[in-house]
Amino acid sequence: MSELLLRVRDLKTYFVTEQGGGTARAVDGVSFDLHAGETLGLVGESGCGKTVTSLSLLRLVPEPPGHILPGSFVELEGRNLLVLAPKELRAIRGNEMAMIFQEPMTSLNPVFTVGDQIAEAAIVHQRLGRRAARARAIEMLALVGIPDPETRVDSYPHQLSGGMRQRVMIAMALVCHPKVLIADEPTTALDVTIQAQILELLARLQTELGMAVILITHDLGIVAGTVDRVLVMYAGEVVETAATPELFARPLHPYTEGLLASVPRLDTPWPRRRLHSIPGQVPAATAWPSGCRFHPRCPYAWDRCVAEDPPLLDAGTGDPGSHGVRCWLLAEPARRTRQRPP
Amino acid sequence: MAAWLVRRVAASGAIVFAVVTFTFLLLHLAPGEPFLPSGDTPVDPAVVTELRRQFGLDAPLPVQYAKYLVALAHGRLGESFALHRPVAAALADAIPNTLALAGAALALDLLLGLALGVYQAAHARRLPDVGLGYATLFLNSVPTFWLGLLLLLVFAEWLGWFPVGGVVDPVVHASLPWAGRAADRLWHLALPALTLGCVGAAGTARYQRAAVLEVVGQDYVRTARAKGLPERRVLLVHTLRNALLPLVTLFGLSFPFLLTGAVLVESVFAWPGMGKLAADAIFRRDYPIVLAAAIAASVMVVLGNLLADVLYAVADPRIRVHDQ
Amino acid sequence: MNARAAFALLGAVLLALFVVGEVRRRAGPSAAGRRFFRHPPAAWGMFILTFFVAVALAAPWVAPYGPSITLEIVALKNQPPSLLHPLGTDLYSRDVWSRLVYGSRVSLSIGALAMLVAVTVGAVVGAVAGYVRRWVDTALMRLVDVGLAVPRIFLLLMAIALWEHLPLALLVLLIGLTGWFGTSRLVRAEVLTLRERDFVAAARAAGAGGPRIIFRHVLPNVAAPIIVSAALGIGNVMLLEAGLSFLGLGVPPPMPSWGNMIADGAAQLATAPWTTVFPGVAIALVVMALNAVGDALRDAFDPRRATA
Repeated sequence: MSELLLRVRDLKTYFVTEQGGGTARAVDGVSFDLHAGETLGLVGESGCGKTVTSLSLLRLVPEPPGHILPGSFVELEGRNLLVLAPKELRAIRGNEMAMIFQEPMTSLNPVFTVGDQIAEAAIVHQRLGRRAARARAIEMLALVGIPDPETRVDSYPHQLSGGMRQRVMIAMALVCHPKVLIADEPTTALDVTIQAQILELLARLQTELGMAVILITHDLGIVAGTVDRVLVMYAGEVVETAATPELFARPLHPYTEGLLASVPRLDTPWPRRRLHSIPGQVPAATAWPSGCRFHPRCPYAWDRCVAEDPPLLDAGTGDPGSHGVRCWLLAEPARRTRQRPP
Repeated sequence: MAAWLVRRVAASGAIVFAVVTFTFLLLHLAPGEPFLPSGDTPVDPAVVTELRRQFGLDAPLPVQYAKYLVALAHGRLGESFALHRPVAAALADAIPNTLALAGAALALDLLLGLALGVYQAAHARRLPDVGLGYATLFLNSVPTFWLGLLLLLVFAEWLGWFPVGGVVDPVVHASLPWAGRAADRLWHLALPALTLGCVGAAGTARYQRAAVLEVVGQDYVRTARAKGLPERRVLLVHTLRNALLPLVTLFGLSFPFLLTGAVLVESVFAWPGMGKLAADAIFRRDYPIVLAAAIAASVMVVLGNLLADVLYAVADPRIRVHDQ
Repeated sequence: MNARAAFALLGAVLLALFVVGEVRRRAGPSAAGRRFFRHPPAAWGMFILTFFVAVALAAPWVAPYGPSITLEIVALKNQPPSLLHPLGTDLYSRDVWSRLVYGSRVSLSIGALAMLVAVTVGAVVGAVAGYVRRWVDTALMRLVDVGLAVPRIFLLLMAIALWEHLPLALLVLLIGLTGWFGTSRLVRAEVLTLRERDFVAAARAAGAGGPRIIFRHVLPNVAAPIIVSAALGIGNVMLLEAGLSFLGLGVPPPMPSWGNMIADGAAQLATAPWTTVFPGVAIALVVMALNAVGDALRDAFDPRRATA
């Protein structure tokens, strides 16, 4: 097992809402480990807390409405990021841990050239001179596969296509060779063919640079193709974690089951059944259901689920911690019969 | 870029030409004889006809229009009835004073407005912001000349810190050394410029606050922080650079306000600019001055807009027409 | 101030409070209503506007004296505020409060009427230009360019200089006719987007002609920016009228308008500042209220604009 880079324990990020709707507990006790060279997938529907989790790692959550609770713990190579002074934190951001976002158009500053924006990180973190930084920017543009980088380096974001802008974002994030890259739905805003190119690019760069990647997505197809380990999130908690092949072969949490069943398949036998969907909706973060948060939508739920929130239980594959499931079904497997219609 | 500029300049020229034509039409469509005093004493029709012939007013309209344009091109704007001077000369004396006032007011407007707007945005929704918000709302709603009167009352009458009006001290100015003369001018400029500038700054601050808040919420600011840039750089380079763009538009839009304000403020402070010239001319029915002042004001507005457009194209790369 | 006037004033205050309360109760819960009342100045602005409108309507009751009534000429000239004359008297020994009240009728009506003219002309021109396009659009927009190039006050100064005796009604009309340019651009922009929408195509398919489509289908959808324009426009007109009256070119005495009251007072600024201060405060309050309400309306109508 390669070295442990990032340790996250019991991360909790809450938001205070304006209209007095109460506190939104967006991230409510998330824990995971990240090793060098590993790709970790963070999967879930909108509103499950995956983006807030990633923002919390770099403390990019806007402080007035949001705050990371004191019991949380985020450790990068032995240093607790949550207690770092602002200056030290800034030395980590963009340098040892970088992030790319979903919308490349709005995430790039429209009044600066892409070259300037890529070079900026190099100037600030590696103290390169302007000419050297510009050369690095051209290098990076070539690395991410942008044709004719010497001319492109002086282009403005609005002159580039969506796929190219995302490549620029990646170049910007990687210019200082970070150890960890957080990619928040990097392909959601792009066409399917471009999606594939970007994911290939990320995979190639990861091997070349030896980076660890946290890939946030709601698309299980992407997860199957590129991710080593999956964290399934629901209602601010991790509900299942497993290596990718294991997760797809043996999904144990009812939510994961539902997600996988919802993926339309070409080999469904005729006559086709209706598309499966998980009934109900994601609850509001200000009012998580009692007990197990998935129980209102779960086909197997019984009274224990309403009363007690299950901890992350081991799925018993023999390798402790390799497959965790937050579900009482692991304790009482006999209950895995449908109480309610799907 | 060059082609765009040429087109813009040509369009500006067309607007000025249209304004000139409009004033001509207005002049000739207005009721009454232009050269007669506004008395009610009836005038002998024969005299009227003779006067019309003398002034060339009996020629057909297109001919008069042509003569008008030619005269304008030569800078001849007519003769002032009341002042018995060429209008062009009277304007030439007055315009620099208005430019000085408007320039000082504009500088105050933009700088103070920018500072206030940014400050408010940085403390959004907290007490300083709310308090300043009401203050700017008030200043943006007061009649400019009334504010001038108040400032005059407090700072010139009661406190005696500033002079009551005029552009220079009538008695002492000529005998002062160079530096003293400059100081005297500034001292007289202070209150009128403050009046116009504060009202303008209030509007600018409100606008700028909204602009900064909008930019601060943008994704690219978050990206800048994610890159580990120092907060000061995030604010000054990334945020401000984008938040300043609306200020360029405001700059262009403020010319009409400044000129309108000039008319009123100059009257309050007896500032001998083109606004006061025009206002005084009205009472004497000295319309050549009024028309000329209106044309001059339009030219300034058009030039201001042109300048603003050019500045905006320089500042925002998305607007620039690329030759690629 | 006598007892009747004091009670009438109290009545005006209570009426204004009641109206604001009612509006808040009825329109407040809706999404637009919540966006509107999210701005604290908006409720205040509404109160101030209702109060002044009530005062203007109830002028004979709220004002203890008529507007041109000269009281004891010598004894009451330029008196500072007192119990009997809460805002003092002016140089002609007239009660400032009464003149302010009657002046509100003049200033507010001029504001409303001129704005009505401006907004109507602007909306129609903008809608026609935006819908018909082609040369009509180009011609109208060039006209707008010219209109915007000459500062409004200069346009009015020219008109006043050339017409020897300008009746007040004509002046109000002219104020309106010099103020429609901005609104027309706004409306035109909206119409340009709206005309591509399906409901316009549907109307055309049903056989509706241009004017019908413009007036019955397109304009109602442009109501929002027009209303905001109107609210802010009244304020501008009131400031303009005040300026003109200050120069002696607006409302002729002895009819009081807030602007000419300031003009009268300017001559004795040092000896009787209250004659200048109070009318100015009144104008500032009303224009403030209009600006606040206008801003809040803009936010209420368009949820996409996140004006913090």
